[in-house]
Amino acid sequence: MSTLDIRCRLDWPGFTLDVDLHLPGHGITALFGHSGSGKTSLLRCIAGLEKPTHGRLVVKGQIWQDDQTWRPPHQRPMGYVFQEASLFPHLDVLGNLRYGQKRSASASRVALEQAIELLGIGHLLQRRPATLSGGERQRVGIARALAVGPEILLMDEPLAALDLQRKQEILPYLERLHDELDIPLLYVSHAPDEVARLADHLVVLDGGRVMADGPLGATLARLDLPIRLGEDVGVVLDATVGEVDGEWHLARVDFAGGSLWTRDRGLPAGQAVRVRVLARDVSLAVDAPAASSIQNVLHGVIESLADDDHPGLLLVRIQVGASLLIARLTRRSATQLDCHTGQAVYVQVKSVALME
Amino acid sequence: MLTDNDLQAIGLTVRLAGLTTLILFLIGTPIAWWLARSRSAWKGAIGAIVALPLVLPPSVLGFYLLLAMGPQGPVGQFTQALGIGTLPFTFWGLVIASVFYSLPFMVQPLQGAFEAIGDRPLEVAATLRASPVDCFFSVVLPLAKPGFITAGILSFAHTVGEFGVVLMIGGNIPGLTRVASVQIYDHVEAMEYGDAHRLAAVMLVFSFLVLLALYTRRPATDQAI
Repeated sequence: MSTLDIRCRLDWPGFTLDVDLHLPGHGITALFGHSGSGKTSLLRCIAGLEKPTHGRLVVKGQIWQDDQTWRPPHQRPMGYVFQEASLFPHLDVLGNLRYGQKRSASASRVALEQAIELLGIGHLLQRRPATLSGGERQRVGIARALAVGPEILLMDEPLAALDLQRKQEILPYLERLHDELDIPLLYVSHAPDEVARLADHLVVLDGGRVMADGPLGATLARLDLPIRLGEDVGVVLDATVGEVDGEWHLARVDFAGGSLWTRDRGLPAGQAVRVRVLARDVSLAVDAPAASSIQNVLHGVIESLADDDHPGLLLVRIQVGASLLIARLTRRSATQLDCHTGQAVYVQVKSVALME
Repeated sequence: MLTDNDLQAIGLTVRLAGLTTLILFLIGTPIAWWLARSRSAWKGAIGAIVALPLVLPPSVLGFYLLLAMGPQGPVGQFTQALGIGTLPFTFWGLVIASVFYSLPFMVQPLQGAFEAIGDRPLEVAATLRASPVDCFFSVVLPLAKPGFITAGILSFAHTVGEFGVVLMIGGNIPGLTRVASVQIYDHVEAMEYGDAHRLAAVMLVFSFLVLLALYTRRPATDQAI
């Protein structure tokens, strides 16, 4: 069910944003693109922080903008998280949280308490923003947006201003949002790992236009995107933990089409997980591999081949059961193996990233 | 020590500067806000007009105000039509002249403070359901507080130090328009150097204390984070 209808045209000198999107009304939708792709401008148009030249915006049946209507930002029932937390320096943490909550008819005491609990900031309420770490500030920023009781949460690269350690600190909270919120979330990002970890639905933007729009797994598995992910080309599989091998500290994850062994992260059997398999970690063999350090070998059929950015490389998409994997091969080895569509191959997966 | 006339002059000066500052807060704030936020082509021209009293000889400003408020001037005709006579040589004439004279000392610090706040806190407030007016009072005012304090102090002190405009508009009427700076001038004219010394010392100490307060005040660290 598509509950976000976004048609938006923005004309600036040297840049035009022109999109027409119908997005799901639940889960996390990532707006992905390089800088200058228009992803932040699109989010600002949805929030009403930019006024599109033409636009029609319908969110859950409410018209936020069309030819006759223009709701200013403060009358749109949304939460917005900026790249820098942008906390009000003249208010303490609780004052920041209550600023929006006091002004919102849809906010409740419960929404505020939930937001505090969800982001784990209960111990910071009396602190001044200047005394918080970057990660803590951003958690307060997210809680502040949630405390208004929004019908949709818009996040503009909430991790981009943070270093790797702070990112790791916040990502688990974002995953909790994903699991526990029942409102849709639009997440602007240029980081493929964040997108792979968090998103359910992926919109790829380039030069102000939509290049791809669809469920995460299917969109990432496309070989025809003009925007390349470089080292980050790969697929994301939905899987469950099937078995934990305590002796070797390994866990088996089962996906539609096979199983993969990966490092045990302490997740119990039965836990639903996401598995990210990068194309550079996948290799192909025509004959059953003999003794090899690579333990994950799957059976598959080559589904298609495509050029990669570098003339010496190829991307090969392999059907493995109901799932698709992408392998990055050199053109020479593909020729030597005589890779062609419909060919049966052994797929060796060197490493996988497990995401809750 | 100070004579009764001196004390009267000081009281009048404080009343004039206080009223002027109060009025300037009311009209200087919207002007400064507009100058800080507008992208209008008129911004430069309006900014220049506001800054004029900084460079104009006070006598020139006083001269034009005198003409405008005089019996033949547009303001004078208006006030006469209202039945309140003309404004020159009255206390309220001085107040109006002082408002023009000290306008840049109110507007420029405020404009700087508003510009330093930037767009982001306003956008944040909007996404948190604050209307633009609500946002001004709940976010802009607290964040611009140091600017308001600076602007108020400067406007008050600058009005206290006014001389040329007062002479042009107000003349030298005891208890009505004879402010401290004019009183000193009178003392000197009358060769009362002792009296002039005492009053001048009061003004010197006052001005120094004002500037001391301005320069030693804790710098504003409240930047949006």
